[in-house]
Amino acid sequence: MSGLATLFAASGTGVIDRLQRTWLALAFAACGVMLPACLWAQPVTRPDVPLAPMAAAEAERFHVLTQELRCVVCQNENLADSTAPLAQDLKREIREQMLAGKSDDDIKAFLVARYGDFVTYRPPVRANTLLLWGGPLVFVMIAGWLWVRNRAVARGPVQPVDKSFGDNA
Amino acid sequence: MTDATDLATPPKGPSGKRLGFVVAAVALVALLALLAIGMTRDPRELPSALIGKPLPAFSLPGMKRADPPLTQADLLGKTRVINVWASWCVACQSEHPVLLAWQRELVAQGRGHTLYGVNYKDTPDAARIWLLRGGDPYVDSIVDAKGRLGIDLGVYGVPETFVVNAGGHIVFRHAGPLTAELIRTQIQPLLETGS
Repeated sequence: MSGLATLFAASGTGVIDRLQRTWLALAFAACGVMLPACLWAQPVTRPDVPLAPMAAAEAERFHVLTQELRCVVCQNENLADSTAPLAQDLKREIREQMLAGKSDDDIKAFLVARYGDFVTYRPPVRANTLLLWGGPLVFVMIAGWLWVRNRAVARGPVQPVDKSFGDNA
Repeated sequence: MTDATDLATPPKGPSGKRLGFVVAAVALVALLALLAIGMTRDPRELPSALIGKPLPAFSLPGMKRADPPLTQADLLGKTRVINVWASWCVACQSEHPVLLAWQRELVAQGRGHTLYGVNYKDTPDAARIWLLRGGDPYVDSIVDAKGRLGIDLGVYGVPETFVVNAGGHIVFRHAGPLTAELIRTQIQPLLETGS
């Protein structure tokens, strides 16, 4: 807290300084709000044994598959890159299923049945994911429509303001 | 150029332009509204894929009854609450007294058979010490040392709590520590209708 106080004390009294202080205060407040969220459900944090080595083709398939799957503990990471223990467990499970001859779709279905569509970075097209899949297309269409409109306006009759400029010159 | 009216009349184009602005403004407001709604949602609140599905099959030792192992069939017939815990889980410490108090209430209600634990990826000694020190609110704790039952339950953090009805179907799931209020408002009603 003393560090925070010196930070505030160090800045002067000018308008810019005051602005800076406001921003700093907001930033600290935001941190304060976010922190409890981290203390909510605790991710599984116990170390585990690494995976056994794989043949090249198998490793490639494993890599492609785990890149499409989300690590549910560290939600912005995929399974391939995650070192979280739960991700390790899931990767081991995937590996075992691969060795047991399961297809990629079988393995994905296994995980979706347990963790929901959320685990896959390519959720299926369904009523509740329609906006997700169709949204970008809608935005492009709106943008295209606006663009065409603007061009039509620009190509329209010469505007009075332009005319007056020409006359004055 | 002397025609004053020409200068006075507003440019003709903007009727089209104004519409463009309106559309852009509406789109901006809609986007902001969407983002604002997004901010109020907790990204940790994952939708459970298991609601309405049967409790996954397992055959694991209990901390009290190691042999014969506990199975999903042992939990049939009454509404059960399954609480996933571990001695290494910090959030479980805040949840523990809540569970102990609730277990006393459950016993008073004649539902002392309700609360089961899943001891998740723990060592036997650490788990035993945890219950000896803090008290044991569970009928028994299913020992899931490898976390395989955890995967079948879609557990991604500890503590997590499931309510399983008498028919063995999962009807409720909560990720994160239980609170007295959550128990009163969400779980207790399920026991009263289910058992």
